[in-house]
Amino acid sequence: MAAPAINKPQTAPAVQSLTMGKALNLGLRAAMEADPKVLVMGEDVGKLGGVFRITDGLQKDFGEHRVLDTPLAESGIIGAAVGLAVRGFRPVCEIQFDGFVFPGFDQIVSQVAKLHTRTQGRVKVPMVIRIPFGGGIGAVEHHSESPESYFAHTAGLKVVACSNAVDAYWMIQQAIRCDDPVLFFEPKRYYHSAAMKAEIDPAATPDPLFASRVVRTGTTATLVAYGPSVKVAMDAATAAEEDGHSLEVIDLRTLSPLDLGPVFESVRKTGRMVVVSESPSESSIGSELAARVQQECFYSLEAPVLRVHGFDVPYPPAKLEEHFLPDLDRVLDAVDRSLAW
Amino acid sequence: MSSAEQWTHPEPREGPAATAAAPTAEQVIAGLRATSEGGPELVQLLTPEGERVENPEFDRYVADITDEDLRGLYRDMVLVRRADRESNALQRQGQLGIWVPLLGQEAAQVGAGRALRPTDMVFPSYREHGVAWCRGIKPEELLGIFRGTDNGTWDSVAHRFHPYTIVIGNQVLNAAGYAMGQRFEGKVGDDDGEATMCFFGDGATSQGDVHEGFVWAAVYDAPLVFFCQNNQWAISEPTERQSRLPLYQRARGYGFPGIRVDGNDVLASLAVSRWALDECRHGNGPVLIEAFTYRMDAHTTTDDPTRYRLSDELEAWKLKDPIERVRVHLVRHGMADQDYLDSVQADADKMAAELREYCFNMPDPPVRQMFDNVYAEPSPVLDAQRDEFLAYLSAFGGEH
Ligand SMILES: Cc1ncc(C[n+]2csc(CCOP(=O)(O)OP(=O)(O)O)c2C)c(N)n1
Ligand SMILES: [Mg+2]
Repeated sequence: MAAPAINKPQTAPAVQSLTMGKALNLGLRAAMEADPKVLVMGEDVGKLGGVFRITDGLQKDFGEHRVLDTPLAESGIIGAAVGLAVRGFRPVCEIQFDGFVFPGFDQIVSQVAKLHTRTQGRVKVPMVIRIPFGGGIGAVEHHSESPESYFAHTAGLKVVACSNAVDAYWMIQQAIRCDDPVLFFEPKRYYHSAAMKAEIDPAATPDPLFASRVVRTGTTATLVAYGPSVKVAMDAATAAEEDGHSLEVIDLRTLSPLDLGPVFESVRKTGRMVVVSESPSESSIGSELAARVQQECFYSLEAPVLRVHGFDVPYPPAKLEEHFLPDLDRVLDAVDRSLAW
Repeated sequence: MSSAEQWTHPEPREGPAATAAAPTAEQVIAGLRATSEGGPELVQLLTPEGERVENPEFDRYVADITDEDLRGLYRDMVLVRRADRESNALQRQGQLGIWVPLLGQEAAQVGAGRALRPTDMVFPSYREHGVAWCRGIKPEELLGIFRGTDNGTWDSVAHRFHPYTIVIGNQVLNAAGYAMGQRFEGKVGDDDGEATMCFFGDGATSQGDVHEGFVWAAVYDAPLVFFCQNNQWAISEPTERQSRLPLYQRARGYGFPGIRVDGNDVLASLAVSRWALDECRHGNGPVLIEAFTYRMDAHTTTDDPTRYRLSDELEAWKLKDPIERVRVHLVRHGMADQDYLDSVQADADKMAAELREYCFNMPDPPVRQMFDNVYAEPSPVLDAQRDEFLAYLSAFGGEH
C-alpha cells in the first residue's frame, strides 16, 4: 500500500517565517494530520512537548493515543515502535539527546535495520527515529554527540540530517512517508535560532529527501557538510570570498544512501574538497566521502580530500567544545592547505 | 522484617493487586495517587511534625544514634541544601552551564550516605550531591561537571564514590559487577563485610540496564543495595508512567527484599540503609530500597515544571520537608537551641561563600585536556592528532 501523499496545507496555509524547531513541529503536525497511523513517541514528548519543545502541543491536539509519553527506556521506545510498525503504524520516535540512543542501539541495528530483509520484504518498518545531535549548546556529557556514522554504517537504515528550517519542515514529512526506517538527525543548536528563521511555503514542492544539494556555487574548492556544519561551511565560504576564494558548498542532507552525484560534479569542477563534520573523523561519513571521491574523481583532484572533523576523543566538557567543533578558521585553514598542495 | 526470608515472601497488602484482572490505566493511576502518601508500608521514624514514632523492626538500627549524631544529620542536610541552593544560584548568574538540584531529597541521601562505611562502594547517578557530601567530596568538586570544565575531578577510587553517571541506568549494572567482585574476593559474610550502594531514580527503573542489574545482583548474591529515590517525577513524567505497582514491590519478582522508606525522614533512611547494608555484608544481598520523596525544584535549571505539575503538589510536599522535621524534633526535645541552629546556619553561609568564591576563580581547562587519558596505553595516532592541533592553535598565539 502506497504511503499517503503529503497533505496540502491545513495548519500552515500561509507562508510563514519559522525557526527550525517550529518548522519541525509543523511538519510533524502535517504528517499526523495526513495519516492517522502516524504516532509520536518518546520521553517527555507529550505534556511537556519534549525537552526542546519540538512536539509542543501535539498531544493536546491529537490525544494521548497518538502522542505517547513513554517509559524511560530507549530500547523500549525503539523496540515497541518496531512492533507498532509491524502492526501498521508509522511511529516517529524521539530520542531525547544523541548520547541516549545507545540503549536502543541493539533494536536499531538488529531489528529496525534487518526486519525487511529477514522477512524477504514482507514486513516493512516505516519508522522515523528523530535525534537532536551535535554540540555547541554548552551541555554536560552525552548531550552533544554526533553518532550518525554508526547508523550510516548499518545496512537497512536510511540516515538524513537537516540543516535549515525549510528542509526540516519537508524532510520530516518525507521521512515519515518513507517505507524504510529513517534516522533523522536534527542540529539541536539551531532549533530556536532566530537568525536561522526561514520562510516556509506549505504549497511549495520540496526537493526529494535522498538528494544532496549545492547551497552555494563556487570554483576554487568544494566544502561538503551536513546538519550543523552546513552553517559553518557557509560562513567559511562567505569569509573566503574576501580573500578572493570562491567556495562551493554542498549540503549532503542524506548520509545513507549518499547522493554523491552533486559532489562528484563539484569536485570535477573545483579539484579540491574539504569535508566539515562534528563527528570524530575515524571511520566516519568523511572517511566514506574521501574514499568515494578519490575513486570517482581521481584525475580531477588537485589535492587530497581533507577533513575538518571533531577529534577522535570523547566529546569534551563544554569549556573545550569550541576547540573540538569545526569552526570557520579550521575550515579556512584546510582550504588553504588544499590550495597550497 | 530484617531477614531476607520474610521479604521474599511478603503478604500481599492493599494496593493494586498484581493477580487481579488487568486494571484500566485510570484505576492504576487512581490507586497510585491514593498511595501518594507512601502507603501503609512506608517506614517512618520521624513524622513530618517531628514526632519520633516507634518502629519495632527498625528502631534498633538507630538505637546508637546520640543527640550529637542527630544534630550531625541535621547539619549535614542544612549544608547540603545550602550548597545546592548556592550552586543553583551560580547557574542563574551564568557561572554554571546547568545545575541539577537535589532540593527535597536531602534526607534520603544523607540517611543513606551516613549509613555507608568508608570501605563500601557507591555508584551515584547525577543528583547525589548529598551522598557525595557524606563521602567526603567537597561541593566545590562537583562544580566542574556543571561549569563544563571536566566530568568530575574527585578520586572515585579513594572516595569509593564512582563518577556521576548521566546515561540513565548505566551505573546500576556497573554496581552489580562491582558488588560481584566484592563477593568473589570473599569480602562478605560477617559484620565487617563490604557492600555497594547504587543510586537511581523512579524513571530509571524502566531501563533495561536497571532490570538487568536486578537480575545480575540476584543471581550472583551480590552485596548490592539498590537505592531508588522515587522523587515522583522523571522530568515531566510521573512515576505511574513507569510502573503499575509501587516500585519497591518489584524486588519480589527478582527474588530479593524490597522496602519503601520515607525518603524525607533522615532517621528512617539511615535505619533502613543500615539494615540493607547489613544484609549485604552478611551475604544476604541484594536489597532494594525505594526512598519515597519529592523533587522540590525543577528537574534541572533548564526545566520548567509549571508545564506539567501543579503547584499544590509542591505545597503539600513542603509540609513534609526533610530538614524542618528534624529541626522541630531537636528543639522540642532540647537537643538544640537557637544558638546551635544559628551556628549551623553560619557554617552554611561560610561554606556557601567559599563555594562561590571557588567557582568564580575556576580556570578554564587547557585545550590539551581533551586529548588526555582517552586510552590507558600510549596512542601515537591520537598524540599526533593532538600535536597537529596544538601546533595549529599556536599559530594564533597564546597558551594551550
Ligand atoms: C538513557 C537516557 N535517556 C534519557 C536521558 C535524559 N534524562 C535525564 S534525567 C531523565 C529523567 C530521569 O528520571 P529519574 O530516573 O526519575 O531521576 P530523577 O532525575 O528524577 O532524579 C531523563 C529522561 C538520559 N540522561 N539518559
Ligand atoms: Mg525521578
